[in-house]
Amino acid sequence: MIAEIGLAALWLAAALAGLQLVAGALAVKRDNGALASLVRPAAIVQGLLCALSFGLLILLFVRTDLSVALVASNSHSEKPLIFKFSGAWGNHEGSMLLWITVMAVAGALIALVERRLPERTMLATLAAQAFVGIGFYAYILLASNPFERLNPAPAQGAGLNPQLQDIGLAYHPTTFYVGYVGLSVAFSFVVGALVTRQVTPDFARAMRPWALGAWMFLTLGITAGSYWAAYILGWGGWWFWDPVENGGLMPWLAATALLHSVSVLAARDALRTWTVMLGVLAFSMSMLGTFLVRSGILTSVHAFAVDPTRGSFILALLAIYIGGALALFVTRSSTVAEGERFTAISRESALAINNVALCAILAVVLFGTLYPLLTEALGFQVSVGPPYFNPVSAIFFLPMLLVLTVGPLLRWRRDSLTRIRTPILIVATTILVALAVAIFATDAGVLPVLGMAMAAAVAVASFMPLWGRSLRRVPLAVWGMAISHFGIAVGLFGMAADSAFEQERLVAAEVGDVIQDGPWTVRVVGVAPVAGSNWTGLEATLEAQYKGGGVSVVSPQKRSFWTPAQETSTSAMVTRWNGQLYTVLGGETDDGRWQLRLSWKPFVTWIWYGGILIAFGGLLALIGRVRSDLRRRAAREKGGARRAEVMA
Amino acid sequence: MTRLRVFLWGLVAVAAGLLGLFAYQLSQPKNDFVQSAMIGKPMPEFTLPAVVSERPGLASADLANGQPKLLNIFASWCVPCAAEAPHLAELERQGAEIVGVAIRDRPEDVAAFLARYGNPFSRIGGDDISSVQLELGSSGVPETFVIDGQGVIRYQHIGDIRAEHVPLLLAELRKAEV
Repeated sequence: MIAEIGLAALWLAAALAGLQLVAGALAVKRDNGALASLVRPAAIVQGLLCALSFGLLILLFVRTDLSVALVASNSHSEKPLIFKFSGAWGNHEGSMLLWITVMAVAGALIALVERRLPERTMLATLAAQAFVGIGFYAYILLASNPFERLNPAPAQGAGLNPQLQDIGLAYHPTTFYVGYVGLSVAFSFVVGALVTRQVTPDFARAMRPWALGAWMFLTLGITAGSYWAAYILGWGGWWFWDPVENGGLMPWLAATALLHSVSVLAARDALRTWTVMLGVLAFSMSMLGTFLVRSGILTSVHAFAVDPTRGSFILALLAIYIGGALALFVTRSSTVAEGERFTAISRESALAINNVALCAILAVVLFGTLYPLLTEALGFQVSVGPPYFNPVSAIFFLPMLLVLTVGPLLRWRRDSLTRIRTPILIVATTILVALAVAIFATDAGVLPVLGMAMAAAVAVASFMPLWGRSLRRVPLAVWGMAISHFGIAVGLFGMAADSAFEQERLVAAEVGDVIQDGPWTVRVVGVAPVAGSNWTGLEATLEAQYKGGGVSVVSPQKRSFWTPAQETSTSAMVTRWNGQLYTVLGGETDDGRWQLRLSWKPFVTWIWYGGILIAFGGLLALIGRVRSDLRRRAAREKGGARRAEVMA
Repeated sequence: MTRLRVFLWGLVAVAAGLLGLFAYQLSQPKNDFVQSAMIGKPMPEFTLPAVVSERPGLASADLANGQPKLLNIFASWCVPCAAEAPHLAELERQGAEIVGVAIRDRPEDVAAFLARYGNPFSRIGGDDISSVQLELGSSGVPETFVIDGQGVIRYQHIGDIRAEHVPLLLAELRKAEV
């Protein structure tokens, strides 16, 4: 019965989305107040119904109701509770339901709180949101129903892929979906503004929290995914330029450009075209990411629902949304193009360069990701990896960081470099000193050296906008910017240092052996069998000492799951503030020794600290913006009430 | 103004090109199954213990007794295995001899599985570490192999057996007789 109620709620929500679209579109076209009054309630109830439906799916998983096909093929009664819970979205159907739920709830939120936009733009936005939603409802209800029953019900479920039986699954996909969906909201705002020709600073202010929030969640999602890959999956790396990782990076790049652009539009009424284009681009990229994962068109570590039919469906949605938005943009281009002017040396200009660089990196990543697809169509197979991605994206990334160091110090509209010559001098000195240290004190390669030098410069520069200001009066959004930029420096330093200084050893060791790896001394204490609730395996016990300090015990494992049958290696590591020692247990050699991989990754942790700092900066900015918006609204309402009083 | 419009049309063209490429690639057949390299070769030596009391275990010697057989790789935890059970029963009814290899399974689970979905197997060996499965060149459960009377692997069926595969497998069995 639960499954049927969930499905019914979903159908009702889809019907309400239809109502929201039709009523919204007609209300915009005919200026019909009666129809208009239907739109907001429809959005709110639709959000509630979706939330109910998703809640019921979780309930089915928690109860392990094996008469539901999705539960039977993804869950198992012996699975720990938290993974039953997260198993609800650790599969194709469930994750699509999560997607539409977040989207519907976001729509309900806009309908509830957004009061700044002209009502017609608001209606057009909600109608656009419903239009995007309907595609996903159709996709779920017609091609990937999560509530489908299985008859007869099996005695036991197939279990969740063991690599997904990890706490990472609880947060990595969810943060990504929230991010992707946030971009769909930004997209709806863009469409709404285009329809009513209202690409104004007010539109930018209404859209900004969504772009900012989406960007923050994408940052967290990417950071969490990178940490998860390195930590649980035992891949021994934090980034592989895998198609699906790129599928997550590309929307992030577009969202980063979008959120900078939207700030310029909000503050200065400039970069209108950029903002509209980036809004469309960011959503296109999140759809593209979804398409790459779900269609299995490219070979990827993430291939979890390889099914060309589903791929075709998403492709069709992609074509409709993006084609529609671009066509709309073409017809409206005359009203959008004119914005406020600015000179070459100005903050607007720095932000425009930032946009160009981010889009260039995006193009580089997009091209590299899709290149194998192109050559495959021509009949030969290639793979594109770090030798392409690293240097080619760095060509745009490093100059962009140079602009980042001084851009926030520039004034709007018109400025001169001589006015900020002291900060420029400080940045230049930092770069030169850091370069000298990196070149002479280490034997790192070109990119890591440049990376470390730029990291130092960005770290110093990120706090310069606070220089000489009363720190207590600096707006929260400016603090957010400084912290995010500082996070970029921290993360970049981690990346550069990790690739410059990693020390790896592969050994076949006997119990009792002592192995040296960089500053670490590792002693093999023993290898013994272990068992978990649904797996058995081997566990090595190692004693690791950093520079003769205290002993940490690490226990890498090789696990054999029996539901479903699969082997995984669970790496074990010692994390210090300045890096990680990473150990993996391999197989037994013929003469009874054990293969061990030890790897010291100095400062690799800083990559994730950086990611968290960037997202935290985003959070501060979001809080700051929303708070000042609320204050402004309260002031306006107070003013309105006062006026009414006086008039009376 | 016109520049923006030209740029936007350019974007539309690029997007259309990409979508066309995706559509083309999606329509291309993609074979993700790993065909066993063992086809045409004799079965490797192995001995697997019995899993349930009512059926003996399985050794490579049992396969080279002059009679072609189906070797079905299954597991009680595998949902498609339950789905193919009626078709295995049908194959047995039509005279095929079927031996089973239970992958990473527990005796009580296998017994429950057979009690629920029927037992078409003349022998069932328990392969706790997938060793025989790997030697066969099988990459998943369920899979079904046709082994001829000399113990040579003749045919591999990947995935669950559906109704339309039953005559196909019977034909392969007949081919293996000569």
